[in-house]
Amino acid sequence: MTGFKPTILAFCCNWCSYAGADLAGVGRLQMPPNVHVIRVMCSASVKPEYVLKALSQGIDGVLVLGCHIGDCHYMTGNHRTAKRMPLVQRVLKETGIDDRRLKLDWVSAAEGEKFQKVITEFVQEVQGLGPNPLREVKF
Amino acid sequence: MARIGVFVCHCGHNIASTVNVEEVVEFAKRLPEVVVAEHNLYSCSEEGLTSIRKSIEGNKLDRVVVAACTPRTHEPLFRKTIELAGINKYLFEFVNIREHVSWIHTKEPQSATEKAKKLIAMGVAKAALLEPQKEGESNVIPSAVVIGGGIAGLTAAASLVAQNIHTHLIERDARLGGNLAEIGVVGPEFRQSKELLAELFRELKASPTMHLHLSSKVTEIKGFVGNFEVTIDNGGNTERIPAGTIIVATGAEEWTPKGEYGYGIVPAVITQMELEKRLTNGEKPRRVVFIQCVGSRQPGREYCSRICCNTSLKNALRLLDASPDATVSILHRDIMSSGTASEHMFKLASERGVRFMRYGLDKPAKVSRRENGTVVEVFDETLDENLDLDADLVVLATPMVAHSDSRDVGKLLKVPLDKFGFFLEAHVKLRPVEFATDGVFICGAARWPGSVGECASQGMAAAAKAAIPIRKGKVMIEAITAQSDPDKCAACGNCVIACPYEAIEIVESEGRRYAKVNEALCKGCGTCVAACPNDAMQQRGFTTRQLSAMIDALVKSAMEEV
Repeated sequence: MTGFKPTILAFCCNWCSYAGADLAGVGRLQMPPNVHVIRVMCSASVKPEYVLKALSQGIDGVLVLGCHIGDCHYMTGNHRTAKRMPLVQRVLKETGIDDRRLKLDWVSAAEGEKFQKVITEFVQEVQGLGPNPLREVKF
Repeated sequence: MARIGVFVCHCGHNIASTVNVEEVVEFAKRLPEVVVAEHNLYSCSEEGLTSIRKSIEGNKLDRVVVAACTPRTHEPLFRKTIELAGINKYLFEFVNIREHVSWIHTKEPQSATEKAKKLIAMGVAKAALLEPQKEGESNVIPSAVVIGGGIAGLTAAASLVAQNIHTHLIERDARLGGNLAEIGVVGPEFRQSKELLAELFRELKASPTMHLHLSSKVTEIKGFVGNFEVTIDNGGNTERIPAGTIIVATGAEEWTPKGEYGYGIVPAVITQMELEKRLTNGEKPRRVVFIQCVGSRQPGREYCSRICCNTSLKNALRLLDASPDATVSILHRDIMSSGTASEHMFKLASERGVRFMRYGLDKPAKVSRRENGTVVEVFDETLDENLDLDADLVVLATPMVAHSDSRDVGKLLKVPLDKFGFFLEAHVKLRPVEFATDGVFICGAARWPGSVGECASQGMAAAAKAAIPIRKGKVMIEAITAQSDPDKCAACGNCVIACPYEAIEIVESEGRRYAKVNEALCKGCGTCVAACPNDAMQQRGFTTRQLSAMIDALVKSAMEEV
């Protein structure tokens, strides 16, 4: 798929991954411009419905980034994210959507370089998957 | 219909050199419910803020979107500004087009501009649905924790106890003083470090609000500004310390130049710290060669450690004081002795015969052992010739580096570090001793190598900042707590189980059972929102409608692009 520029949505928690994204910026770490961040307070507040909504409307990939397990600003919030997102992936699979279009990962406030890596790799992966077939259904 | 104003910031060249700001403004003007879109050279400057205020009044705006840097540093400033113009400060949405766009897509101006547009469309979509909020208050535990008992931490603690604030000073070593305790004399005024420390110890010991924890390691930090709990381990004994605010003063250490210039092989080659000890012990070496910038200002460790030049100047003068006929040479790449007192030391050293020789990174000096002793071979750039310098001692001025475990401390506190392991302040000019995380402060060499004086003044600054919430006694709680809608709630109890703070209970009122959030306990994580199957639970400022509108806006602008 040459020329395919995926549109990707990322949920970043305020305390770790959003701060990690900021740090990547401060460090001028370059990455593909396909990812659009929605700041939430905790990754555990990301409703499965948001993921399903985005993918069903043709968004090519969704990233959910939280604090590392054990580092959650809200003690155990990300434990729920860790359980919830694999379930959402299962739902995607069952409905025939490639579950690789949803990715969960952990980025701390100190990990600008990891943020860069996660973004770059996910964009590449989604590029490999091609456009979300549901784009056509929606429009 | 909302009346939204969008203000796009150039941030000088920071944003505008990558993102086409004018194009973004024109795009923003056409977004639904946007009444006006403008751009500012620096939105956060007095001029920028005034123009935002004027635009709010002139255009009767009821919501404001600023597209600029990160909300983690500047959101409070803009919220305050719109509040001054008569809008509830929660009717504000921040779009990050600097850290998340211009700085990370510098080589793709067109894509960066398109991304900025999408992010602004998302921000505007959310802004249209924002609701005014009222903030709650929370009490502040009237005590502070200072981590690290070097000069920065000691000064911070002294400033706190001087205000009768209960202060827990946590030091992992069995003694206080950090690097300062290893140094005999402090330049440029040549004071005995022992005296300096003794003065601080006296102040601290005399205070009934001082609580000292030696040989203690921080193992866990929980909580928020006003309500932290710091767990320490003291030889197997665990103690939990409640604190309103935390100061990080964990310092830095001298880099060990293993294998450089024969260090560890040639006995005459030592570091600056080792020289300090020898001078304190009364040794009087007569032929000394200092080599500056060993392990700094070169690929891999590009920074200037700032204090090494002054330390060499100070020690050169001490050597000459001890034996006036000593031969002292300083091999340098540039002498960095900024400030009047330090520059005076440089002048004094030159007048007293210290030989300054400039070497280049491409031709480093060589240390060798010959029959008659240790010799330093150097190519002097000024003389344009090779010189052999006899030396009783070769002193390597190595940089201060972050402690190997500084990243662990960063993890405990969830605060960022730079690539060298030094802590990153919230803003280099506006918030130099604060972290972006409320209630956590930074001072001393943990942030950047600094002189004793600089570390002390940072310690005082951090203490002044850390005392503010404690003195006020209350902190405002951001209005991002959860609320449930009794009409939608089925009292299933999912949220009750999900809440990490036990802030939700099922109550019964007028024959109806529903979940009720205790807002004093709610910390605004939104975990309950995602757990709710009926969409009854909503987090203020992050409602499902608001976030869904953001997703829709992204979908819309992405599809238009295809």
